[in-house]
Amino acid sequence: MDDLLSKIAGGYNYIAYITIMMIGLYAVIAKRNLVKKIIGMSIFQTAIILFYISIGAKKGATIPILMHDHGPEAAEHAIKAADYINPLPHVLMLTAIVVAVATLGVALSLAVKVYQRYGTLEEPEIQDQINKS
Amino acid sequence: MKKLALILVLLCWGFLAFAAADFPRLGDPNSPASTHLSPYFIEKAYEDTATPNIVTAVLADYRSYDTMFETTVVFAAGVACFLLLRFYHFSEPPSHLYRHKPSGTVIQVPRGYRLKGEHTELEPIDRDWAPKDPIVEVASRILIPFIQIFALYVVVHGHHSPGGGFQGGVILGASLVLLAISRDLRTAQATLGESKNSILSALGVLIYVGVGAVTLALGSNFLDYAALAGLMGVDQVIARNLGILFVEVGVAVAVMATMFLIYRNVASAGALDEGL
Amino acid sequence: MVVELDMVILTLVMICAVGAIWVKDLLGAAILFGAYSFMLCLLWAIMGAVDVAFTEASVGAGVSTVFMVAAVFRTSRRTKD
Repeated sequence: MDDLLSKIAGGYNYIAYITIMMIGLYAVIAKRNLVKKIIGMSIFQTAIILFYISIGAKKGATIPILMHDHGPEAAEHAIKAADYINPLPHVLMLTAIVVAVATLGVALSLAVKVYQRYGTLEEPEIQDQINKS
Repeated sequence: MKKLALILVLLCWGFLAFAAADFPRLGDPNSPASTHLSPYFIEKAYEDTATPNIVTAVLADYRSYDTMFETTVVFAAGVACFLLLRFYHFSEPPSHLYRHKPSGTVIQVPRGYRLKGEHTELEPIDRDWAPKDPIVEVASRILIPFIQIFALYVVVHGHHSPGGGFQGGVILGASLVLLAISRDLRTAQATLGESKNSILSALGVLIYVGVGAVTLALGSNFLDYAALAGLMGVDQVIARNLGILFVEVGVAVAVMATMFLIYRNVASAGALDEGL
Repeated sequence: MVVELDMVILTLVMICAVGAIWVKDLLGAAILFGAYSFMLCLLWAIMGAVDVAFTEASVGAGVSTVFMVAAVFRTSRRTKD
C-alpha cells in the first residue's frame, strides 16, 4: 500500500492533469448551461494536451531548436538526442490547439443558433419547449 | 443528477489515478515516448531540411500530410460556422439609425424615408446605444500595423524561432478581430469583404494542396519537397527548407481567414451588421 | 524545469478551471477561461514546449476568449448553475 501511495505521489503531475480532466468532465455532465458545457469540454481537451506535452519533457535538456554554426565549425557540434526535448508531442498538440479553437467556434455557433430558436441556453427549459410543441 | 455526476467523476478519477501510478516520472529521459522515433527527428532534422526548429521541420515536412488535413479541418470549421449562422435580410428594418460623427447625436429615420443627398458626417449604425470611444480607436489604429508585421515575421521566421503558419495566421486574424472590435464590423468588412475572406480561406488550403500536387506532377511522392529542387535550381536540402516555407504561408492564409470568418459570424449572429 | 514553480502554476490552473465552471456570470466564466489558458501557456513554457506555449498564448488566451465573449454577447449572460 505504501509503495503504491509513494508511486502516486511521485507522479503528482499526472494526478493534477487527471483532476483538471475530471473538472471538465463534471462540467460536461452536471452543468445545465450550454456555454458552461462548452467551457467544460475545452478544459477536458486542454488536460489531454497537457498530458501529451508532459510526456515529451526531459530533465537537463533544452528546447527543441538546434544551436547551429555556419562554416567549418559546424561539423564540431554533434547533435545528441538527449540534449533536446522530444519534439513529437509538441507537433501533435500544436495542431490540436488550433483545431480546438476552430471546433470551439462551431460549438459556439450552435449555441447562438439554439438561443435564437428557443430564447434560452438552459437545457431543462429547452427540453420543456420541445415537449410542449 | 449532480450527486450522480460527482460519484461518477470521483470513480473515474480513482481509476485513472491508479492507472497513472505506472507512468514514467515527469522529465524521465528514458521514457518510451522519447526513445523510439524522436531521436531520429532530433538528429536528422537539420541534415535533411536545414531547419533548426525541429518542431517546424516535423510539422511541415515529415508529418506534412497530417498537417494538410488539420488545415482542412480548420477550413471546414469556418465553413460550418458560416452555414450555421449566416442569413440575409430581405426586408427593410423598421427604422434606420445614423450617428452624427462630430457631435455624437443619433438620428432615427423611419422605414420608407431616406436621407437626401450625400452626408459624409453621418454614419449608419444599428443600435442607438452603440458606444464610441476615440481612445480605443486611435490606440488600436496605431497598434494594428505592428501586430500584422509581427505576424508576418512569425510566419517567415518559423524555421529559426518558435512560430510558423498556425501562430502567425492566428495573430493576423487577431489583428483583424481587433479592428472589428475597436471600430465596428463594417469597417473590418471594408478592409476584408466577406467573399474575399471566404476565397482566402479556401486559397490557403489550395496553396498547401497545390505544393503537394506540384511534387506529384514532378514524379515524386505527394508533399516530398525534394522534388522541387530541379524546378527552383537549388539542392535538395534547401528545396525542402523552401517547401516548408510555402506550406507555412498556405497554413497562415487559411487560418487567418478562417479565424476572422468565425469571428464575424459569431459576433454578429450571422447578420454581419455592427458586431460587438 | 523547476518542480516547485510547476506545482504552483498547476494549482493556479486548477483554481481557474474550477472558477470558470463555478461562477454564475458567463462573461466572468469566459474571462476566467482566458486566465486558465494563459496559465497553461506558462506551464508549457516551463516544460520547454515553446511552440505550443506560443500557440496557446495567441489562440487560447487571445482568439478563443474573444469568441467566447462574442457568443455570450449574442446570447444571455446569466445562468442558473
